[in-house]
Amino acid sequence: MKKYTLLDGLVVPLDRANVDTDAIIPKQFLKSIKRSGFGPNAFDEWRYLDHGEPGMDNACRPLNGDFVLNQPRYQGAQILLTRENFGCGSSREHAPWALEDYGFRVIIAPSFADIFFNNCFKNGLLPIRLAADKVDALFRAVEANVGYRLTVDLEAQTITTPDGAVYPFEVDAFRRHCLLNGLDDIGLTLQHVDEIAAFETKHHAAQPWL
Amino acid sequence: MSAQTLYDKLWNSHVVRQDADGTALIYIDRQLVHEVTSPQAFEGLRLASRRPWRTASMLAVPDHNVPTTNRAAGISDPISRIQVETLDANCAEFGITEFKMGDIRQGVVHVMGPEQGATLPGMTVVCGDSHTSTHGAFAALAHGIGTSEVEHVMATQCLVAKKSKAMEVRVEGVLGYGVTAKDIALAVIGQIGTAGGTGYAIEFTGNAVRQLSMEGRMTLCNMAIEAGARAGMIAADDTTFEYLKGRPFAPEGEQWDQAVAQWRELHSDAGAVFDATVVLDAANICPQVTWGTSPEMVVAVDGCVPDPLNMSIDKREGIERALAYMGLTANTPVTEISIDKVFIGSCTNGRIEDMRAAAEVARGRHIAANVKLAMVVPGSGLVKAQAEQEGLDKIFIAAGFEWRDPGCSMCLAMNDDRLSAGERCASTSNRNFEGRQGQGGRTHLVSPQMAAAAAIAGHFVDVREWK
Repeated sequence: MKKYTLLDGLVVPLDRANVDTDAIIPKQFLKSIKRSGFGPNAFDEWRYLDHGEPGMDNACRPLNGDFVLNQPRYQGAQILLTRENFGCGSSREHAPWALEDYGFRVIIAPSFADIFFNNCFKNGLLPIRLAADKVDALFRAVEANVGYRLTVDLEAQTITTPDGAVYPFEVDAFRRHCLLNGLDDIGLTLQHVDEIAAFETKHHAAQPWL
Repeated sequence: MSAQTLYDKLWNSHVVRQDADGTALIYIDRQLVHEVTSPQAFEGLRLASRRPWRTASMLAVPDHNVPTTNRAAGISDPISRIQVETLDANCAEFGITEFKMGDIRQGVVHVMGPEQGATLPGMTVVCGDSHTSTHGAFAALAHGIGTSEVEHVMATQCLVAKKSKAMEVRVEGVLGYGVTAKDIALAVIGQIGTAGGTGYAIEFTGNAVRQLSMEGRMTLCNMAIEAGARAGMIAADDTTFEYLKGRPFAPEGEQWDQAVAQWRELHSDAGAVFDATVVLDAANICPQVTWGTSPEMVVAVDGCVPDPLNMSIDKREGIERALAYMGLTANTPVTEISIDKVFIGSCTNGRIEDMRAAAEVARGRHIAANVKLAMVVPGSGLVKAQAEQEGLDKIFIAAGFEWRDPGCSMCLAMNDDRLSAGERCASTSNRNFEGRQGQGGRTHLVSPQMAAAAAIAGHFVDVREWK
């Protein structure tokens, strides 16, 4: 897994609650058997004016100028600021793949859907839960200041604004460790192979029908 | 030992190891696999030269991409075809049981698994699909996972997890005529919201839940994820055991008796403490119809589309956006909303009981002139065969419905079954998100009875009046 390295990045505000994974990456792009290349189709139905299909040259498609990701001031954004329950719906990991491939490294929201939240950590993407009033304050600041950036320090678990305000955030210690070091979950679990095998033997002896 | 919830029992019986911070390795008994979320996991195994830990725990089926008509011609979309062929090749390479497209057992993964008895009480069940919560209907701990976790379970038979909080959703009383498990699910989501269950595993309890068939229980648990809860579950009882007995993957003989004896313990103990409890009275639940672009945007069929002006300011913008997308005007009575298409099927409502309920409404009637397409998509080949044996196909066809082959179909429109922009659909599926059934398509979630009645009338009707 890719290590989390971002310290400082441009912020884009997506002012919607309940953004679902169908919106993040529509179903027609799930037909790919690869893990990469989903970035140009992130938020496809909001981002383009035509209907997207796999295999299209996305550079030639008409953009929806009203959609926030298309506005010139937000080009190159690495931090997505959004509202409650981000990533709800389908479990498709294609959603974090698309966001990561687009260039995002951090998503800040008051809350996330459970499966999406979990999937982010497997892909070098850091989802940060921040209290709604703080998210509100960040929305106002981003909209008021072109080129608004935040410093997100995972080691210290802090978000620092350009005027020096510091917002601490919580993150699970194990996930933080894996993200900082780019560790492969499977490799870590296989260190416990004897314990798994012993559990399995006992489990199946008690429930031989399994 | 203190009183335990069902979730406590399922969790505790699968912990392989647990760290001080609560991070645990959970043993997985069953992994279901479909074509969309597995290719990258298999590829990951190959790249790391790993083999699946226990292929006998895995069961695969193609469902999302498969066509529901003219199967003999194969899959016309080359990208969809490659994805299904990739599943076939991966299952062959790793020795995993798969029910391929031509197999009568093929169907939507969450219909197929229980139908085969591959989901048993007390199991942990995962699949790279959020509607895996369905299997909790069997007193199993079942939830959706991402593709990285699919690979992790393949390689290690375990999942890295932390225990969720436990929520009890208790539905007391008796459901009225024409009110179904789907309506319970939508009413619960309407009450607690699509994030109400985030961070929780939900156990559905109460008389109205105990009275449900296994099909109804699966519908209810299926929608737990729409309330934000990864897992939904229901205690095991005689209804559970009767459903499972004699199914291909269920134990037999002495083992069956031994299993049932253990399964009878799979309920929350008296006095078990939940982190949250929600109580509904079944008698107050009406047939539900969603009006917006989130399952929580739902009203009773005798209600009206809400008026954003009556809502708090923080909700207003979202409601206005949803009304604009849905092409609806505030305060419109639900029964005045006319529809273009009807979809009956999916992992939520594609089982035999759903087919029967819809056919009962359609019997001797015909779909309205303004309904361009009304399709019935059985959840599996076996559901289809059973329905045909009962003559349900003939009822549907005589009423103007199309009788299709099994798959996910227009629930998510990955195959050719989809809405065009602006089309309005009465759908028995689980998500009414923007573009879910086709870009610009407008979805209203309802029960099978309500969908069939809407097809006949051309607009939503209160199916209770058709008694």
